[in-house]
Amino acid sequence: MRDDYPRSLEILEIEKEAKDLFTVFVKNTLDGFVPGQFVMVWIPSVDEKPFGVSYLEKDRIGITFEVKGKFTKKLAGMKKADIIGIRGPYGIGFPDPDSSTIVIGGGCGVSSLAPLMEKVKKSNSIIGARSKDMLLFRNRFKDAHFTTDDGTFGKKGFVTEILEEKLSALDKVSQVFCCGPEIMMSRVIEICKKYRKKCFISMERYMKCGFGVCGQCMCGDKVVCNEGPVFESKDVEGNPEFNHFARIKSGKKVPVSDYVRWRSCE
Amino acid sequence: MITIKSDFLGMKLSNPLILASGIMGISVGSMKKIADNGAGAVTIKSISKEERLGHNNPTMFSFGDVFMNAVGYSNPGMIEAKKEFSDIDRIGVPVIGSVIGTKADDFVAVIEELGDIRFDAIEIPLSCPHTPGFGVLAGQGTPEAAYRITKAVRKATRLPIIIKLSANAPDLTIVAKAAEKAGADAINMGNTHGPGMRIDIDSGKPILDFKVGGISGPAITPVTVRCVYDIYESIKIPIIGTGGITTGRDAIEMMMAGALGLGVGTGIYYRGFDVFKKIANEIKDWMEKKGHLSLKEIIGVAHEG
Repeated sequence: MRDDYPRSLEILEIEKEAKDLFTVFVKNTLDGFVPGQFVMVWIPSVDEKPFGVSYLEKDRIGITFEVKGKFTKKLAGMKKADIIGIRGPYGIGFPDPDSSTIVIGGGCGVSSLAPLMEKVKKSNSIIGARSKDMLLFRNRFKDAHFTTDDGTFGKKGFVTEILEEKLSALDKVSQVFCCGPEIMMSRVIEICKKYRKKCFISMERYMKCGFGVCGQCMCGDKVVCNEGPVFESKDVEGNPEFNHFARIKSGKKVPVSDYVRWRSCE
Repeated sequence: MITIKSDFLGMKLSNPLILASGIMGISVGSMKKIADNGAGAVTIKSISKEERLGHNNPTMFSFGDVFMNAVGYSNPGMIEAKKEFSDIDRIGVPVIGSVIGTKADDFVAVIEELGDIRFDAIEIPLSCPHTPGFGVLAGQGTPEAAYRITKAVRKATRLPIIIKLSANAPDLTIVAKAAEKAGADAINMGNTHGPGMRIDIDSGKPILDFKVGGISGPAITPVTVRCVYDIYESIKIPIIGTGGITTGRDAIEMMMAGALGLGVGTGIYYRGFDVFKKIANEIKDWMEKKGHLSLKEIIGVAHEG
């Protein structure tokens, strides 16, 4: 019989990664975690939200988050030995990467890909952010490609430009993994289609149960928490809601831009 | 030839299994998935007059056979719902529209607003155990309230009306009779139980953000069987048994107690979206073994002799 309630864990450490970006570390209690899967993080008496895992070590896991709304502000203010609850892992993660897999992360989307970036050829990781001070894992993945929208670090521009360069240079590339804003993932899908590369993306939606019961995270005909959050691009192509609509807490379907704004206050 | 086809309130169902309200009923896409996985009919997540955010997370969790939730009737409100459910024909099985309100007029307003949507029946839950202003917490489960609300709703629609009751009611058969007298076409017996509470022993805090929540899952099956059994003899209108059905055996028991329809919700958590196909096959296998040809031979047999 299944048990899906939050397991309380003491915070081992909270580290600052970049501007407004922190990682909380707890003991690794996840059974058979696959990168791309997610966990529900509970702050008692506050709320519970889904997060990817950015550090997957034998004894501990790290969850990297951007301080935006009430929940993440509270989490960033917590201290060693404070208690949070973890349930999961949930959903379908990425397939096993080989060394010629390209891994692309935009903004906080890098966090759920980081354990995969450790496995691929060092120069096959592409990490993007708006600006240098918000760039994740600059020191952790020294040989990765970096882009910033404003050119303050790495190449000025978008991660998709590096992807296109790499694919057009006929580098040996087996597949592409991607997590970031949906407009970026949508572009990555287009590029992969052009170069006939398999592509997997990781979707984000507001969640309640996390285990495929409530329907809150529906995106078209897909149950994101249970059939995703990682989808092969062919499974979201033509989905009328991907990159267009998402559901806020009431279940109301709104444009993705409104959803992102609402999420940053939650 | 064995058949589990069911004629329920004029709906021709391929089987008596009905997706319960509140689970996977958020969109046409989610309900189509359930229909494709073998449900005979589906019920939308309840719609109120205004948009409701519901409670904070955690809203759901499980401890073995016990599943708890306090979602708090989150829904986009009746105006958005009209858009959301505009193409329900795509679902491919009959669709029941669930409508909630804090007073009788609200139920009527929502039913009227959703009048153009081609629902096959309207369900009125008077039984949520964990949302202030609604159901049990608003006293909607008393015989008087059940009569008053059913009467108001009866005037607002020609569709069959299903009144969803709570197992908590001390005078269950009186409530069921009151709904029947006021014009209900069926009783859904019933909602989640409790409310209950579980506390995280490390933080000392209740796990549900709303602290208390309704209890579902296999653990509540015996209570539902008893409630269906209790009201079966006191009313003439058909009953949907909802609460705990997870296996073919649970479904057969529920029918033997008197249920014509079988609500399945949390069963999805325990056995996946295709719990509907699985239960249907288990019912058929059992019927074959026992030599039954149709569900009529099973329904209410526990009352004989």
